Amino acid sequence: MLEDGRLVDAEIVDTGTDPLARVRELLAGLGHDPGSGRGTGSCPAPVVATGYGRHLVRARLGFPVITEIRAHALGASMLFPGCRTVIDIGGQDSKVVRVENSRQTDFEMNDRCAAGTGRFLEVMAATLGYGIDEFGSMALDAREPAAISSMCTVFSESEVVSLIARGVDKHSIALGLHESIVLRLLALVGRVGAEPEVVLTGGVALNPCIRMLLEKKLCVRLNVPEQPQIAGALGAALSVADRGKPA
Amino acid sequence: MSEHNQVLQELGLDVALHDEMLASVDRTFGQTVGAQTGRPEGMAYFDSALHAAHGGRVAELVDLKKNGTKTVGTFCIYVPEELAMAANTVPVALCGGTQFSIPYAEKRFPRDICPLVKSTLGLAFSKTCPYGPLKSMAVGETTCDAKKKTWEILAGKVNFHVMELPQKKDQLDIDLWRNAVYEFKDKLESLSGTKVEVENLGTAIKVMNAKRRALQRLAELRKADPPPISGLDALVVMQAALNDEPVRFTAALDRLHAELEERMARGFSPLPEGAQRVMFAGCPAVMGNWKVHALVEQSGAVIVADESCTGSRYFENLIDETARDLAGQVDAIADRYMKINCACFTPNQERIDSIVEKAREYGVKGVVQYVLQTCHGYNVEAMRVEAALKKAEIPSIKIVTDYSEEDAGQLRTRIEAFVEQLS
Repeated sequence: MLEDGRLVDAEIVDTGTDPLARVRELLAGLGHDPGSGRGTGSCPAPVVATGYGRHLVRARLGFPVITEIRAHALGASMLFPGCRTVIDIGGQDSKVVRVENSRQTDFEMNDRCAAGTGRFLEVMAATLGYGIDEFGSMALDAREPAAISSMCTVFSESEVVSLIARGVDKHSIALGLHESIVLRLLALVGRVGAEPEVVLTGGVALNPCIRMLLEKKLCVRLNVPEQPQIAGALGAALSVADRGKPA
Repeated sequence: MSEHNQVLQELGLDVALHDEMLASVDRTFGQTVGAQTGRPEGMAYFDSALHAAHGGRVAELVDLKKNGTKTVGTFCIYVPEELAMAANTVPVALCGGTQFSIPYAEKRFPRDICPLVKSTLGLAFSKTCPYGPLKSMAVGETTCDAKKKTWEILAGKVNFHVMELPQKKDQLDIDLWRNAVYEFKDKLESLSGTKVEVENLGTAIKVMNAKRRALQRLAELRKADPPPISGLDALVVMQAALNDEPVRFTAALDRLHAELEERMARGFSPLPEGAQRVMFAGCPAVMGNWKVHALVEQSGAVIVADESCTGSRYFENLIDETARDLAGQVDAIADRYMKINCACFTPNQERIDSIVEKAREYGVKGVVQYVLQTCHGYNVEAMRVEAALKKAEIPSIKIVTDYSEEDAGQLRTRIEAFVEQLS
């Protein structure tokens, strides 16, 4: 939620299997009642939807939508005004967005599979018995990375199982997995370039091992927002912040 | 059982599965083409022509077959339809655009070949393609590796002829292609017992040129800003072009043109105001496949030109009608088809130049390069196309995908962001 263009409140919840219910709950917490469709409820301020469920929210609640690519470009630019490149590693996809004056000028995004995304890390952490919050720091404890040749979530899982069976150190496997995802990201970055300043957004930005590896391989300093998960939501809110309140 | 299903059953189809397959196509059609508003009334003909591809058109061809007219199945727009028509056969495109049939192909064929080949094979294997049993000959060509090797497997089961399409456009290659066209003529003659002669070939050339002129006129109308017709509807017209009887098709298209001109005169466009003009370039989107066109137009853009086999490659360049002898006519046919710029050729500068030229001619803000998954020719050539477009300051995006819906979420985000970037 923004007030006079400043962030005043933010809340993060899992989308779960009923995203509309989550949206209603979140809005209720902010004193909004979206009702059952266009204009049937009461919202004291404009609302914008972004992310994978955006069209569902538009269809059912009538809010406008923007893509998360534009949203992250806007959000990252507000947090770091010198931002020229956004690397967003989300749950479902990862993207690299080139930015000029808060607007995207070019972008690359992984298509279809979960390789190189937060989902990959989630599945791999679970396979190794780590919580997602500790996965990065556990990987940083490794002396050397295990070689992981597959970038595919399904194949990597079997590769990890065989590494465990061979007695390879869990920390090393974790580091190897992080290197694998960063390698995948570097291919995306390579297509559009990473001009400084570079901002890392999305939940995966909280992972210290990913941050360290990306900085090392890209030879740039990464700007990481305090709450990288909300950069997209912030950008979405900014996209209507100057339009005033709806009638 | 309906009369039509009786016809299908007599052809040896799995009628129940065929119904299921058609229902899946109808569903996709309803969510894409059918979900549009402000469609021209004249589109009703082309919608029904698509449906007739598995209905009325089949019955027509069954009747023709009873009278001795043979059907020739094709898989590529390089196969000269004029020759088939002159030899008193009916050419029909057999390309599949449905996800539904793909698992049937994957039971036997490798998974990692293109969806168009898999869908086509799947329709045949699942006994849901009426043209399989209907055709008296199938004509393959050497445009890609998956197809070439597929022909070898199919050749044992049906009367199969393969036209050798060269890989380059030098004189040696042109000679090879002319020979392939002559050989095709001989094959057709021995199949049908009808000699290809100056008169019947001249008539066929005129019929096909008239059809091409009508399609060229539709392309011309799409240059208007705003265009009087959506890219999805123009695609439906193209898909119908591949199966419908050409004279009837051309007449229906002329009626559509009149309606579109009338719309333009009163300033009506079915597209939202400010829709970004986009060109589609690359692989074909055949009947059943409306995926990327729908995503692009649902994202607030309008496709005003298609550089594909279901687009300009099919109707550009007429056949020279001035030849007075058979050899001259056949050469003129070979020469026209040799001008099609498919990514199977190397080098292929003509295609790259033509895309940039078209992008300017149609006043597009951006280009969507469409690559059917595992189509190496179009996928790799896309890099040179992108570079040429970049030099001309025209943004482009490459979409590599198959017929499934598994990547719809990501594609929608990418395409919407591309359209946002254009505005």
